[in-house]
Amino acid sequence: MTKPELEWTWKELPIGTTMLEPGNSDQYRTGDWKTLKPVLNKELCIHCGLCYIFCPDMSYNLSEAGYFIVDLFYCKGCGICAKECPTGAITMVLEEEEK
Amino acid sequence: MGKRVGMEVSIAAAEAVKQANVDVISAYPITPQTHVVEHLSELVANGELDAEFFCVESEHSALSVCLGSSATGARSFTCTSSQGLALMSEITYIASALRLPIVMIIANRTLSAPINIWNDHSDVMSIRDCGWVQFFAENGQDVYDHVFIAYRLGEDRNVLLPVIINMDGFTLSHVIEPIELIDQEKIDQFLPPYKPVLSLHPDRPVTMGGIALPGIFTETKKAQEVAIRSSMPKILETWKAFGEMTGRYYHPIETYKAEDAETLLVTMGSFGETASAAVDKMREEGRSVGLMKIRLWRPFPFDAFKTASLNAKQLVVIDRAISVGACGPVASELKAALYEGHQRPSIYNFIAGLGGRDVAPSDFVKMVDKAEIEIEEGNKEGFEIYGVRE
Amino acid sequence: MTENLNVFAVRTLTQKEYFAPGHRACQGCAEALAIRLVCKALGRNIIIASATGCMEVVSTPIPFTAWRVPWFHVAFENAAAVASGIESALKVLMRKGRIPYKKIVTLAMAGDGGTADIGLQALSGALERNDDFIYICTDNEAYMNTGIQRSSSTPFGASTTTSPAGKVKMGQITWKKNMPAIAAAHNIPYVATACPSYPVDLIQKVKKAAEIKGAAYIHILSVCPTGWRSAPELSIKLGRLAVETGIFPLYEVERGQYRLNIDFPNLKPIKEYMKLQGRFRHLTDEMIEEIEKRVHKEYEQLREKAKKGV
Repeated sequence: MTKPELEWTWKELPIGTTMLEPGNSDQYRTGDWKTLKPVLNKELCIHCGLCYIFCPDMSYNLSEAGYFIVDLFYCKGCGICAKECPTGAITMVLEEEEK
Repeated sequence: MGKRVGMEVSIAAAEAVKQANVDVISAYPITPQTHVVEHLSELVANGELDAEFFCVESEHSALSVCLGSSATGARSFTCTSSQGLALMSEITYIASALRLPIVMIIANRTLSAPINIWNDHSDVMSIRDCGWVQFFAENGQDVYDHVFIAYRLGEDRNVLLPVIINMDGFTLSHVIEPIELIDQEKIDQFLPPYKPVLSLHPDRPVTMGGIALPGIFTETKKAQEVAIRSSMPKILETWKAFGEMTGRYYHPIETYKAEDAETLLVTMGSFGETASAAVDKMREEGRSVGLMKIRLWRPFPFDAFKTASLNAKQLVVIDRAISVGACGPVASELKAALYEGHQRPSIYNFIAGLGGRDVAPSDFVKMVDKAEIEIEEGNKEGFEIYGVRE
Repeated sequence: MTENLNVFAVRTLTQKEYFAPGHRACQGCAEALAIRLVCKALGRNIIIASATGCMEVVSTPIPFTAWRVPWFHVAFENAAAVASGIESALKVLMRKGRIPYKKIVTLAMAGDGGTADIGLQALSGALERNDDFIYICTDNEAYMNTGIQRSSSTPFGASTTTSPAGKVKMGQITWKKNMPAIAAAHNIPYVATACPSYPVDLIQKVKKAAEIKGAAYIHILSVCPTGWRSAPELSIKLGRLAVETGIFPLYEVERGQYRLNIDFPNLKPIKEYMKLQGRFRHLTDEMIEEIEKRVHKEYEQLREKAKKGV
């Protein structure tokens, strides 16, 4: 786990402020940003993968069953997946509703 | 002992770059640096130097190319002057903060306006704070020697800083001097190939040059500050190793006939040799005058300077650049260095040689005369531009 | 000639992501998507030299980095020069045997400001030298990172914070600088335009550029919901409309030969594209008509060039 910014001492910084852990931004929960989240209706899904390829936040992963499942840890709720889904299988709902 | 040849200092500098087995050279022409890069391009064209020679479209790109190549692990070199240095100055700060051991020779030339292609130090003074290790060469041999010293120092895993070698434009760059060339085997031993600590390569992906928010920026600057300060012992070590190889020992501050001198002339760069002729003359006349030559400009050798100036009553500091609205940059630095001391010599600051104006030994004598009078009369200003036609 | 872009080819693309999630781009940022697709096209054996800009800032807030490939940022205007340096170092180090031989693609990435304005000099130098690298310009049509100021890539009529639509002035008064044409004028082997709304096309172009020996320039339209004042979910649709209205045609220039990747017999009216963006809200119908005339004229010119090229 990378320490948060405010906990680093100057001695711990790698040379020239180089960052040595590739892709460690994946520890940051951008999922906190969203107000809407995508909900998938599996019956309408045709496994085309457009939601996956169009996500600017790499929030979709291919599941074993062949569906693309959203990772709410990263999803910012932009709604591109819902808009682009050719069968309307994805709808954006307010996050609180599930509770 | 290597071969002793008479050669133009720019050519000697280029030969040193060749002998240092540099990998990437990128430069943009500007007088008076041109002979260095012209000769380097000839060496590459003739196959005498296996390097990538870049003719870039500006000095800004010249240094940027060096940053890219140094970050990938290649030994990189660039050379510039004056306006070119001013143009790439943005990148100089980045190079030192990212800890990339590039070596740059600056053929010191004044900054416009008015445009003037001749020698003074205003170009390098404009990047005092850039964080590079900065040397001043006094003669051609210095320039040649320091290319190897600079690479070995900069690439040291505990230093990793870019280095500037200041060579007075025209005054040094275009004169023919005796240069003792060092045998290639000795250089290969002194300067092994560059092994970077971190470099850009897909096998070990790193991110260089991210954005630091206020919460972490201070720490990054502290790390950089410590790096340049702790380079001082390494500089001395490298000079020592070089001395053992060649018999030429360099020091941060070098003195000439200064042991019992009441008045010390202080110079930087090629002024040193001219001033020593003046000191000889004044000593013959029985005057208690000596010379202090600053070779290491950054990190500033505060301790060595204080030791060297311990017995002097007055320092006559000759700056070859002016901080317009203040005084000479070297004088300001020395005043700051002496502030805490109990015994403080008086400092009189002359600005001389601007825009390539010739400064002869007799001028140094006149400056010492003037300084002694002014100090005796209690002139508080302590500063003047020498030789201005009123 | 119309090409049928098989959307189902998405499933055949690699699942690996070399641009990690957790980056701080806005919701619906098509520039982040463009970068993601470029990295997907090339894999791990690349080194990226980036200019200052949205992508640099959102992807590398120390101590976090979204890059799973080597990445280097120096300054705003020198992405191309830094890439030249990286590429030459790789060349010389492999030649001298200091690193083992391996095909590593060097990329320069910059926004429209860092390409068409402040970065033009370094780009021109690198293209003239035909250094072996790919230059990716992610064009969101303004200096978005500093607050949506206009660049020479801002389209005619768009309202930005330094070319706002007011009582006397109507937004950007100059036409968008044609960067692909400038790149092509350097006689480099490959120039292309791309849009993340056509992901397979973008990926194919980037892969093609990687195979080319010499400089390649790819200009990618990056929809910016924040700057264009459009809804985040419309980023892909807007990119598609930009292509379908002829405002941003997808084409390639290979060794001077033009090829239009998708040619529409009838271009959609640009009003469809503009009405979804707040930055064009102030334009009157007459102004839109004027703009459309020029868009169509340029599209025709492109068609002509492509006809000669085949």
